[in-house]
Amino acid sequence: MADVTLMKTPAETGLVQAFESAKTLLPGNAESRAKAFEQFNLRGLPHRRVEEFKYTDLRALMREAAPFAGTPSAVQAKEALAGAKALAGVSALQVPFVNGHFMRDAVRFDALPEGVEIVPLAEALASGHDWLARLSPIPWAADNPVYQLNTSFMADGVMLRIAGPVETPIHLRFVTSETSAVATATRVLVLVEDRASVTLLETHESGNGTGHQPNDVVEIIAGDETNVRHVRMNAEGDQALALSTLAVKMGTEAQLTSINVVVGSAVSRHQVFANFDGENARAQINGATMVKGRQHADSTLVVEHAAPNCESRELFKTVIDDEATGVFQGKIIVPHHAQKTDGRMMSAALLLADGGSMNNKPELEIFADDVQCAHGATCGQLDEDLLFYLMARGLPKKEAESLLVQAFLGEAIEFVENDTVRDALTATVEGWLRARS
Amino acid sequence: MPAVQETIDQVRSIDVDQYKYGFETEVEMEKAPKGLSEDVIRFISAKKGEPEWMLQWRLDAYKRWLTMKEPNWARVSYDKIRYNDIYYYAAPKNNPAPKSLDEVDPEILKTYEKLGIPLREQEILAGVEPRNRVAVDAVFDSVSVATTFKEELKKAGVIFMPISEAIREYPDLVRQYLGSVVPVTDNFFATLNSAVFTDGSFVYVPPGVRCPMELSTYFRINEKNTGQFERTLIIADKGSYVSYLEGCTAPKRDENQLHAAVVELVALDDAEIKYSTVQNWYPGDAEGRGGIYNFVTKRGDCRGRNSVITWTQVETGSAITWKYPSCILRGDNSRGEFYSIAVSNGMQQVDSGTKMIHLGKNTTSRIISKGIAAGKSENTYRGLVSAHRKATGARNFTNCDSLLIGNQCGAHTVPYIESKNASAVFEHEATTSKISEDQMFYCLQRGLSEEEATALIVNGFVKDVLQQLPMEFAVEAQKLISISLEGSVG
Repeated sequence: MADVTLMKTPAETGLVQAFESAKTLLPGNAESRAKAFEQFNLRGLPHRRVEEFKYTDLRALMREAAPFAGTPSAVQAKEALAGAKALAGVSALQVPFVNGHFMRDAVRFDALPEGVEIVPLAEALASGHDWLARLSPIPWAADNPVYQLNTSFMADGVMLRIAGPVETPIHLRFVTSETSAVATATRVLVLVEDRASVTLLETHESGNGTGHQPNDVVEIIAGDETNVRHVRMNAEGDQALALSTLAVKMGTEAQLTSINVVVGSAVSRHQVFANFDGENARAQINGATMVKGRQHADSTLVVEHAAPNCESRELFKTVIDDEATGVFQGKIIVPHHAQKTDGRMMSAALLLADGGSMNNKPELEIFADDVQCAHGATCGQLDEDLLFYLMARGLPKKEAESLLVQAFLGEAIEFVENDTVRDALTATVEGWLRARS
Repeated sequence: MPAVQETIDQVRSIDVDQYKYGFETEVEMEKAPKGLSEDVIRFISAKKGEPEWMLQWRLDAYKRWLTMKEPNWARVSYDKIRYNDIYYYAAPKNNPAPKSLDEVDPEILKTYEKLGIPLREQEILAGVEPRNRVAVDAVFDSVSVATTFKEELKKAGVIFMPISEAIREYPDLVRQYLGSVVPVTDNFFATLNSAVFTDGSFVYVPPGVRCPMELSTYFRINEKNTGQFERTLIIADKGSYVSYLEGCTAPKRDENQLHAAVVELVALDDAEIKYSTVQNWYPGDAEGRGGIYNFVTKRGDCRGRNSVITWTQVETGSAITWKYPSCILRGDNSRGEFYSIAVSNGMQQVDSGTKMIHLGKNTTSRIISKGIAAGKSENTYRGLVSAHRKATGARNFTNCDSLLIGNQCGAHTVPYIESKNASAVFEHEATTSKISEDQMFYCLQRGLSEEEATALIVNGFVKDVLQQLPMEFAVEAQKLISISLEGSVG
């Protein structure tokens, strides 16, 4: 291949301009932002020749860079939150964001559940808060262009500290309500102290018809013997280009469950970077993706078993209708010393219509000789025999299909302990299936 | 869990310091000037007495190659290859064309004797059952020194000869198919090969003919500072069948030598090609000095309906292996199979796998790959299974296991599974029982464990091919196949 110099795309030029004009206004350490942006800009938006973005060519998918959203007015914020529907029925401590800005007035700081501390990120950045030192817990994530963009532009977010067991779920609710396309960059840091436990809900929604460009990063540092339950839902509008990253570092005997449910966005890419830092930790990382029309949904996962005796389970289910595209890229890394690792990764995809496509890449990188690692990937259509069985019992075809799809996705969702949350996720699946028929 | 002792012993027995074929043959050689230039290509072409179109083909490839960059995506690392320090042509003097074996340099004959390759037809006839006869094309550095059973094959209508002869004798056939599976521009090493290829085998099996014996080519690199660039082209015409075996060895040296081959297979309607390789190039010593860089492009085109291409490979040699024997399943109902055992020891690096590209309707493919890494080696499986939009009813089953012996080595799996057709069913590594439930049930019922049954079913097939290998190391290859992958990952 000959050497080619890539021309900057309008989106890349737009990002450079946006950074130039925003860098003096953004809070916090300008140097680290500049460094992150420089690293990003060196390579530009990742494209299909970049291995990690082989199936999600951001250079092609992101035509223009939307301007970053300003702080909404009180009225606008109130309206936006009142209209928010994702996981609305679940009683939880609400931590709302509108247009990427933390709505501190909506949180009663004097009545937080015991063991919960919340620090607004914009303020923390401006004042140089102690916890900032714990941002970016996974050093190798800093090489990821999506993460670099977030580091360059992050304007707001929160830092949470969880000390002790917290019963009430904490709901990070992100709503974008602008009528024209805007970009947001939020960062959430969750410090889970030793022996603490917490349920984190994270929902992202916006209206149809506008090409918003959210880029969110949630970082969780889970101490020893912690239990973190994380549920994320992408219910963005049908034109959104949603980039998101979950970075988790786990201490000894930490337990983590995380699920990402995708129904929204024209283009979405969810990246999970998990790092086992202490022995005997366990993580279950799941995904349930439903795409239709011309949607494109990418789930990318890197699990680093940096400590021995840890267990990870990854289960990603993708249902593809119409001409949509699903992507799963998973990688389990087991270094020399991480003996007795037990990792299992599975991706299964259902194609409901001709014209859809699925790209699977379940990768293993193993250097230790006494480990169990398995990966699997399947894709295909619904089982004719099963459909026939159901239809023979009088179910119309669509209903039979729905039932089978529910069962298929249910496997990824059923581990959610909180009944109301699980029911809400199941209802989301049902809603998606209803809209289809 | 870690590997079982028996496996460790078996892998140890083929460790890099156990290499048996590292001797060198003293033969007077004739070489092209060192380095690569248009003149060298003209020299090679003239030596082979090629027609003008072939020379032009080479020169075009060379021009293209000059604009290309060496790929670096494989998980291997090596010092930069200095392409101008290599001799691109080396042949024993008195060549070309010794009319019979009596005219071939006795040293060369001794070499093949030592390697256990039968070149004298009467000798082969003496000790072996006729149905086990194998026709051999022996390639020594840049030229073919002998091809056996040519006459008998000719009676059946099968053409089996060095490709340089085929270019002269069957130019139309060669011209029609050469580069039609692996285009000149395919990749860096294939383009280099197109410019400088020196010898290799050409096989044409006419319609409806079942090739009366196994065909095989034995490649030997002997000379210092040379590269071997062979080109193999096999065409199975409608309804024909051919089984082809390939073996290779090289002397022990502290320098690295480049081997960049291209293999093209074309299977027309209802034809079947079985292509087996026992790759035993010199792997370098325990410290990683020397060894062959094995950068080859192998691809089969199931061009016709109901055609079948099977790749079987046993990989134990080479310092670096970079190869992905692939199948383009173009014809409806065509089938591609890939069976591979790759064992890496010492400082070896292997990045190998396959591509199954489903284009036609009801095409099926199967991939069984076993990688065993020991010492300080790196063993990567990289494979692609893809279904085109029109590949209705495509079906793939993939199973790739890796096993590590010791914690200084690495085993990696990088599968790409791309489906653009809803009715395509791809399973990567689902459960072992999916191999064939009936066979599995049969074995389990007779008291075998699932592991044993899987081994039996997978190996049963591979053994079938390997039992017929004419090479001495076929025995080793068979041993390898039976290695238990208990404790494997992936």
